[in-house]
Amino acid sequence: MTTETLVPVDEALTRYDPVMGLEIHIELNTTTKMFCGCPTEFGAEPNTQVCPVCLALPGALPVVNAKAIESAIRIGLALNCEIAEWCRFARKNYFYPDMPKNFQTSQYDEPIAFDGHVDVEVDGETYRIDIERAHMEEDTGKSLHVGGSTGRIHGADFSLVDYNRAGIPLIEIVTRTIEVPGDKAAAVARAYVSYVRDLIGGLGVSDVRMDQGSLRADVNLSLKPKGSTTLGTRSETKNVNSFRSVERAVRYEISRHAGILDQGGSVLQETRHFHEDTGTTSSGREKSDADDYRYFPEPDLAPVSPSREWVEELRATLPEPPAVRRARLQADWGFSDLEMRDTIGAGALQLVADTIEAGATPQAARKWWLGEMARRANEQGADLDSLGITPLQVAEIQALIDAGRINDKLARSVFDGVIAGEGTPEEVIVGRQLEVVSDDGALGDAVDRAIAGDPDAAQKIRDGKQAAAGALIGAVMKEMRGQADAGRVRELILEKLT
Amino acid sequence: MTDLTRLSASELAAKLARKEVSSVEATQAQLDRIAAVDGDIHAFLHVDAEGALATAADIDSRRAAGEGLHGLAGVPIAVKDIVATKGMPTTCGSKILDGWIPPYDATITQRIKAAGLPILGKTNMDEFAMGSSTEHSAYGPTRNPWDRDRIPGGSGGGSAAAVAAFEAALAIGTDTGGSIRQPGALTGTVGVKPTYGGISRYGLVALASSLDQAGPVTRTVLDAALLHELMGGHDPMDSTSIDAPAPLVVSAARRADVKGLKIGIVKELGGEGFQAGVSARFNEAVELLTSAGAQVVEVSLPSLEYALAAYYLVMPSEASSNLARFDAMRYGVRVPPAGVDDPSAEQVMASSRDAGFGDEVKRRIIVGTYALSSGYYDAYYGSAQKVRTLLARDFAAAFEQVDVLVSPTSPTTAWPLGAKLDDPLSMYLQDVATIPANLAGIPGLSLPVGLADEDGLPVGLQFLAPQQADDRLYNAGAALEKLLEDKWGGPMLAQAPDLEVAR
Repeated sequence: MTTETLVPVDEALTRYDPVMGLEIHIELNTTTKMFCGCPTEFGAEPNTQVCPVCLALPGALPVVNAKAIESAIRIGLALNCEIAEWCRFARKNYFYPDMPKNFQTSQYDEPIAFDGHVDVEVDGETYRIDIERAHMEEDTGKSLHVGGSTGRIHGADFSLVDYNRAGIPLIEIVTRTIEVPGDKAAAVARAYVSYVRDLIGGLGVSDVRMDQGSLRADVNLSLKPKGSTTLGTRSETKNVNSFRSVERAVRYEISRHAGILDQGGSVLQETRHFHEDTGTTSSGREKSDADDYRYFPEPDLAPVSPSREWVEELRATLPEPPAVRRARLQADWGFSDLEMRDTIGAGALQLVADTIEAGATPQAARKWWLGEMARRANEQGADLDSLGITPLQVAEIQALIDAGRINDKLARSVFDGVIAGEGTPEEVIVGRQLEVVSDDGALGDAVDRAIAGDPDAAQKIRDGKQAAAGALIGAVMKEMRGQADAGRVRELILEKLT
Repeated sequence: MTDLTRLSASELAAKLARKEVSSVEATQAQLDRIAAVDGDIHAFLHVDAEGALATAADIDSRRAAGEGLHGLAGVPIAVKDIVATKGMPTTCGSKILDGWIPPYDATITQRIKAAGLPILGKTNMDEFAMGSSTEHSAYGPTRNPWDRDRIPGGSGGGSAAAVAAFEAALAIGTDTGGSIRQPGALTGTVGVKPTYGGISRYGLVALASSLDQAGPVTRTVLDAALLHELMGGHDPMDSTSIDAPAPLVVSAARRADVKGLKIGIVKELGGEGFQAGVSARFNEAVELLTSAGAQVVEVSLPSLEYALAAYYLVMPSEASSNLARFDAMRYGVRVPPAGVDDPSAEQVMASSRDAGFGDEVKRRIIVGTYALSSGYYDAYYGSAQKVRTLLARDFAAAFEQVDVLVSPTSPTTAWPLGAKLDDPLSMYLQDVATIPANLAGIPGLSLPVGLADEDGLPVGLQFLAPQQADDRLYNAGAALEKLLEDKWGGPMLAQAPDLEVAR
């Protein structure tokens, strides 16, 4: 890797304004692929979900998945887009081993949805993001490079291709240029991706899992000198697999571009890869406007012309708009403005909602996701929904606490076990022997030993200083490795000494 | 005893239905004929004697059991090597697919199998249907049964020659710019390009998706109608397939009556550039139609002068993209680059395509890639699409005045092998009369109308009709066929030279 000259973001922003563009790819959760009847299940054995069409065998022809069109229209409507009365697919021609036809069936100048917008909130300010288009396309297969040290293509001994993903329906959402105050750019980018995740998750048309690739974001960024109106050369950062990474990628590219521009250099128009571990980007394929995909209308597919009646029917099925939903949830949950803003900012809105739905109280749900889970996510550099624990499990653990079977401290160990794949919360409790001991026999013996071990404290209690019980409770808890029912221990101590 | 190979498909079907002959006998007769003459003609790239006889035996036993069968059940058929046939090689006449055996059937293959037609084998063609002479096959040319030093036309020269040489009564062809009709004209057989969308393209290896159409190759108009009806109708696997009742082609072929029919002679498709013997036979045929009560007028299609140029932009553009899938990654021959250690996938793709594709295919991929390039798209592909719209309007206007249009199918009769091989433009010009139907998506039928005086070789006449009016072609074609056979005292192919039979 070449050494980059990086300028601290704050300093860079004194001289330059960032201009961003965000592209989000959404994998739809249709049961079959975009142009054939193959199943779309994630994680199947390689090359088991394929057929003549998605393998591009000679002579095979595509047929459009009507459900994918419906999902595309619903996404377009949710993004406040116009829905095309007539549009076509187009072929994007380029050679790549994991793309079976060596063209991607996509949409070019006739997208199904266009001219929309969404409003996202950062630090109490609302920013409007204009949507240029949302179009339909198909995913490619996946290459796996075997051998070598990096898992990348260079240095690999050989490569394998899995075509299960080839032909999975995708919606690509492209923003117009986003120009917001430089110090807000990274947060706005993150908030936008998070907003789109919630919006589309609410439609039920995609799993919107960044960690599984069903939501993928590309960050395009350029800098222009303050006061200038001329756009700079942009880089396109791919492989940005979490909300946090969106923010980091924006910040890194601001630093990197500023470093180049400060030295009088020019930014190369290229694709860059984001690295989660270092928070940096590295050069991928060089790209230029001369890159020629030789688009032309796909002659194997009939044009798509959704009737206005159908579009209106689909509009009527849209869930309430996010702003309305947020206001309703805040009222239902009794959250303060700050609590609500923190919940949204942490990308935890849906997780909290699902946890409450599963039976937890709003405050308990918020406490776990914004406390314990946020801490873990931060440590791992991951998003909350990729921690390996579900809202249902959080609700179950809270129920176990409410039932007195574990306490908050033990709960943390249960979370560890669930995340480590040791089973359900119940199984983890049994496996790790975490249950709170409230049996008077076992507790009584420990209490007796604690009293014997600390006569001073015992005397103070006998003298009416009940606050001294804390020292004895601590001793019992220590002996019981935290698994004692603290409330019962206190009762037993007081019974014995007063 | 009747020579079963000389029967038309409908005649053979009738004999099979009456149990006068068995399908095994008929199929064996065709296989014997193939064994006897195909060493010379080279109509077939692959013969499946075992499979064909197994189907025939199955049909015979089902017929014996009294099962209701399709009208063509047991009639052997030859299939152009561009149609996917499960378990049977499908090469498209290209080295790049040498040894590829499809794991699936084209829709038309399924329909043929379901109807119980024994598949004799796969017929030769110009590589990926690119050519008008079948000389561009990677497996050697097919020879014209009328004169074995001449080409049979193309790209479907194999199917046409097989039918003309009595190796099969039925064959399937595909027509992107004339590949069914022009070989039909040059071999004295009947060939039909149906309305675009009339017959499923699923499983036809694509040359140009917006132009390709499969159709029948036969010796009689009625046989063509029977095969057309069998293959046609909506297919949900092909998005461009027409979801509407198919034209009633068989009853039209049986009607065969042109009284009162309005026929338009296409002014631009005749005269200069057309061989004298071709024009003479064409004019006589038109006179016959007039004498039978048709009203003949001349019509003009002004945009026709741009059709050839538009075709040679649309076709290679779509082909350049359609042929991109032949990359040696999933199927087909893989040829690693010479002298490169640890080649990349891209290098293997490039060297395999270099080794696997012939010159004409490469020429068209290059032209198509160029025509679609950013900055050239509007001038080339875009303009060509506008010509298609203009041409479709011209045809629509013409069909307001007349029921069908006529022209010679090909400007010349069959030319000597090699004569145009180094002159692609002169080869492309052979398609001038057939290409417009593909560009406009309308149906066309070619049938033999005699032999040219100067060389004694077959001449074809083409009828054209509006989209979805394929029945008009069969009505007019069958009427003209009957008028001509009455005049000749039998079918024209009876005048074809006997082929030397290998022993």
